[in-house]
Amino acid sequence: MNRLSALALALCASLFAALPAAAIDANTPAPEFQLNGSRGAVNLGALKGKVVYLDFWASWCGPCKQSFPWMNEMQAKYGAKGLQIVGINLDAKRADADKFLAEVPATFVVAFDAQGDTPKRYGIKGMPTSVLIGADGKVVQMHAGFRDDERKALEDAIVAALK
Amino acid sequence: MTMKKTFTTALVLALAAGLGGCSVLQPPQPWEKGLLAKPEMTLGGDALEGRFDVHILNSKEAASGGSGVGGGGCGCN
Repeated sequence: MNRLSALALALCASLFAALPAAAIDANTPAPEFQLNGSRGAVNLGALKGKVVYLDFWASWCGPCKQSFPWMNEMQAKYGAKGLQIVGINLDAKRADADKFLAEVPATFVVAFDAQGDTPKRYGIKGMPTSVLIGADGKVVQMHAGFRDDERKALEDAIVAALK
Repeated sequence: MTMKKTFTTALVLALAAGLGGCSVLQPPQPWEKGLLAKPEMTLGGDALEGRFDVHILNSKEAASGGSGVGGGGCGCN
């Protein structure tokens, strides 16, 4: 009977086995990734020394669409000062992403992760989510969502990280 | 082991295995909601009527969004 209860316990444990990954804290090194992008491979390690604004987006997400013109603006404004915006597309079908990009062009780097491996390691909880990574490769802040009234605070965070 | 005891053991095991089987079903991750975000996947009946309801909410209660998966803007959906 003892073996039976051990088996039951193992089965119960399997219920809790597959919990989602926790979001990463500020000041911890940003997880590496290597993805195919619109302009060749995108590698986070190669961007060390730059402030990276990582944005997880999908074609079906409304606020993502609103964030694109703002991200283009930020890239144009702070690109020379060392900011690199990287948009990671999470669409299951590449065609959806291409359609979106034809409609809302991006002047920053876009990478594609249809497998959803990168957002899993970053512990993404909502769409869109942005991760600001400092020049030292450590996470400065994570932010879920994109609303008009948040533009100012997000820009301030970028400016502070560039200093 | 009596017949009854064997039966009970088998029943308990089957129930436990069934319970464990539920853990295979995971809710979709935030980035996996592309299909759920399609307009035809929203709860409710007529799409036009739905838009009318949302319009009333917008104007009378100064509230917008949250009526589907794709577009609340709070980042929580």
